Amino acid sequence: MKTFVRILKKPITSTLIAILFGFLVAAVVLVFAGYNPWESFGALFKGIFAKPKYISNVIIKATPIILTGLSVAFAFKTGLFNIGAEGQYIAGTIAAVCVGVKFNFAPVVQVPLVVLSGVLAGAVFGGIIGFLKARFGIHEVITSIMLNWIGLYLSNFIVNTATYHQPNSTSSYAVNESSFTMLLPDWKTSKAGMAALKPNKWLYEMMLKTDVNFGILIAVVMAIIIWVLLYRSSKGYELRAVGFNRDAAEFAGINVGRNITQAMLIAGALAGLAGALAITGTSPHKISQMAAFENNGFNGLSVALIAGSSPIGCIFAGLLFGGLLYGGQSVQQDVGAPTEIINIMIGTIVFFVALTKIVPSLADKLERRGAQRAK
Amino acid sequence: MEVSRQYAVQMHGITKMFGSFCALNNVSLDVKKGTIHAILGENGAGKSTLMNVLYGLYQAEAGEIFLNGEKVNIKNPNVAIEHGIGMVHQHFMLVDNFTVTQNIILGNEIANRFGVLNMKKAREEILEIVKKYGLEVDPDAKIEDISVGMQQRVEILKALYRGVDLLILDEPTAVLTPQEIDDLIQIMHNLIADGKTIIIITHKLKEIKASSDVCTIIRRGEYIDTVNVADVDQEELATKMVGHAVQLVVEKTPAEPGEVVFEIDGLTVKDERKLDAVKNLSLKVRRGEIVGVAGIDGNGQKELVEAITNLTRAESGTIRINGAEIQNTSPRNVIDHKISTVHEDRQKRGLILPFTVAENMVIEKYRSQPYNKGGMLNRSEILAYTKGLIKDFDIRPDNCESQPVRGLSGGNQQKVILAREISNEPDLLIAVQPTRGLDVGAIEYVHKTLIRERDNGRAILLISLELDEVMNVADTIDVIYAGTIVDSFQQGEVDEKTIGLLMAGGKLNENIRQNS
Repeated sequence: MKTFVRILKKPITSTLIAILFGFLVAAVVLVFAGYNPWESFGALFKGIFAKPKYISNVIIKATPIILTGLSVAFAFKTGLFNIGAEGQYIAGTIAAVCVGVKFNFAPVVQVPLVVLSGVLAGAVFGGIIGFLKARFGIHEVITSIMLNWIGLYLSNFIVNTATYHQPNSTSSYAVNESSFTMLLPDWKTSKAGMAALKPNKWLYEMMLKTDVNFGILIAVVMAIIIWVLLYRSSKGYELRAVGFNRDAAEFAGINVGRNITQAMLIAGALAGLAGALAITGTSPHKISQMAAFENNGFNGLSVALIAGSSPIGCIFAGLLFGGLLYGGQSVQQDVGAPTEIINIMIGTIVFFVALTKIVPSLADKLERRGAQRAK
Repeated sequence: MEVSRQYAVQMHGITKMFGSFCALNNVSLDVKKGTIHAILGENGAGKSTLMNVLYGLYQAEAGEIFLNGEKVNIKNPNVAIEHGIGMVHQHFMLVDNFTVTQNIILGNEIANRFGVLNMKKAREEILEIVKKYGLEVDPDAKIEDISVGMQQRVEILKALYRGVDLLILDEPTAVLTPQEIDDLIQIMHNLIADGKTIIIITHKLKEIKASSDVCTIIRRGEYIDTVNVADVDQEELATKMVGHAVQLVVEKTPAEPGEVVFEIDGLTVKDERKLDAVKNLSLKVRRGEIVGVAGIDGNGQKELVEAITNLTRAESGTIRINGAEIQNTSPRNVIDHKISTVHEDRQKRGLILPFTVAENMVIEKYRSQPYNKGGMLNRSEILAYTKGLIKDFDIRPDNCESQPVRGLSGGNQQKVILAREISNEPDLLIAVQPTRGLDVGAIEYVHKTLIRERDNGRAILLISLELDEVMNVADTIDVIYAGTIVDSFQQGEVDEKTIGLLMAGGKLNENIRQNS
């Protein structure tokens, strides 16, 4: 009993229970909609795990939302609600495309240049939000929502400028190949490469059928760096102090305004990095006319929530989310259930995660009941 | 004790657990009708828990409750209200931008059958209660515009308007000025005269002596004793409360002041409404001396502290520490000039509650050696340093260095702040309301610590709303009124009444000083 209660009190348990409940509710919805839940979930898991190609695509899909999730989680740990990850992500894609199309250096120079330009653009977007809050006290939610729209329309504007618009399409030119961050893009399509990969079916499929890229490594490294920054560095101590209690931090001589700006700069940089890596790492390596947000930033909010704002947790939450998004497509293909069902399921999981505070209090109740029975 | 109709409340064998923590263990309370019954205990002793059980906010694991001799089951506050129990909480539950009348009738509105409020009738009924018990309140004033003492009367009115017979007051004097406390005690007596019963939760001995008939003492969740207040003195009560003999009067040797360390000259500070809250204020603190600033809340103390610590701008005047001017710089600069401040609001300004004790200890030091190594926190060094301070300042539990400071009791939280600020080795230590909300044992500790630091040659500025505290601890007493120091005395030169008069804006004729 005691160990059971202790397990229940762990945050990860609550999250897992929430995920379970998400599936349960989705099953109910599926039954009502006239689909077999077993078949549907079967299709979902097959869509995630059945082929190396799928696993690879899940990881690719997860990369940007791990990073935007990290952006939101980091901001949250410093007391800020970064709903602007979407705009910062878009800013990252715009800058990466502009730089990646304009310049064509050797990859050693080109890749860092393109990626860093995206990081910088995201940081500027985030920094504006932070500065406005620090200097004038304007709430970050308002400014970031506005900047999301500015990002969206700025992107559409850039797509349609003469310099960047690819004729007879709804998108910009793709960035120069020297900017690509896929794993050995030239070698794998060469004769030697194909011959080398052929014997290993797994590798062959993953390398040739998907855009395997370095993004996930960078995302994992960033999650670790952010964790170290937050919990091991003096800067992180300062940022968290300001996040938890601005008044006490100010009283102790910490410059609150500067820390808010810096926190948003970093959060923006992470989302910008996500955008830049999406451009350099996956086709079509360009930005297109958007009618609505593509949700790479907004999904980051869900990822951060599922992860309980833990930087390391964002990696797993991002993979889960990416899996559901990608595997969800198979449910539609195999069972015919609409992707909306998957969206409901994701929504339910996030909803239950938001309710997870119930679990420890239930555990308390169990503990008390146990204590009473023992008497 | 036998169950009888003579008693308004009888709680027998109450046990309340929070998880595995036993907040109340087999506690009993018998309150006679028409009396003022005090419940005395230190912070965390279980006083509020016991009353919350009576008010239906908590359910006890064991025990019985009788009201007027009948057994009742108080499942929630609605049941308590139905039985005529009213509670005034320490933190008022009022709507700030509503008027007094609107607040009182909230939840008990009188309306005609179309749902239109009959404010006139409500107002009349309220005025009637006001008159009956001498509860001076303007029924049309907005809550945000009236004093804290007034707000408390509104809370009492709210209970009376609902027709309570038993009124529970949770730490009612914590926020009041000495004059307001006297008024409250008078109101309590008026209520008793009308046949009501009052339970007052407190840890202030003086007020129990002044107001109550009977007192029940609780210590660490255990019932200790019930005494007739007339039969015991304050020392006896204190001893029962803490479990060992305590000193109520602070022992100290005469000050041996050195040179002037800190000097404020002609300081003027505006408040949030752009009015002069501090006006042309001057004061001096010398090494090895405690200067106490006595005054009623709202006479510029808050703005004075904010100006010294650079949280707000000084309009004019100078603030000097060791000759260097520090006004209108930054909080960081103040700390760098060896001024350390124990802020009155522990939880807002003093501590970061979710941070561990160790993290809180280094909030002014985390960027300097050895706690910072190349931008990284040196965790082993920080923990070792914290463990040292926990031992030196007897912070409990003694293994709390990695626990969130939120879990500590108020007294131990204050010790964390004292330890942190004193270990800065400041030239000037500012203590603002350093014993607010602390129990007798902790208060004694804080006062002894201040005196010890004085004897170590520090200059200490004590700003407190508790006149007793200033009278007992300070060597020099500066009286603040309307933003300026109106007079200054040496300890023992004048009595409490004289200072009280000055605090309220009265004038002295010069020969009082010689006479007293």
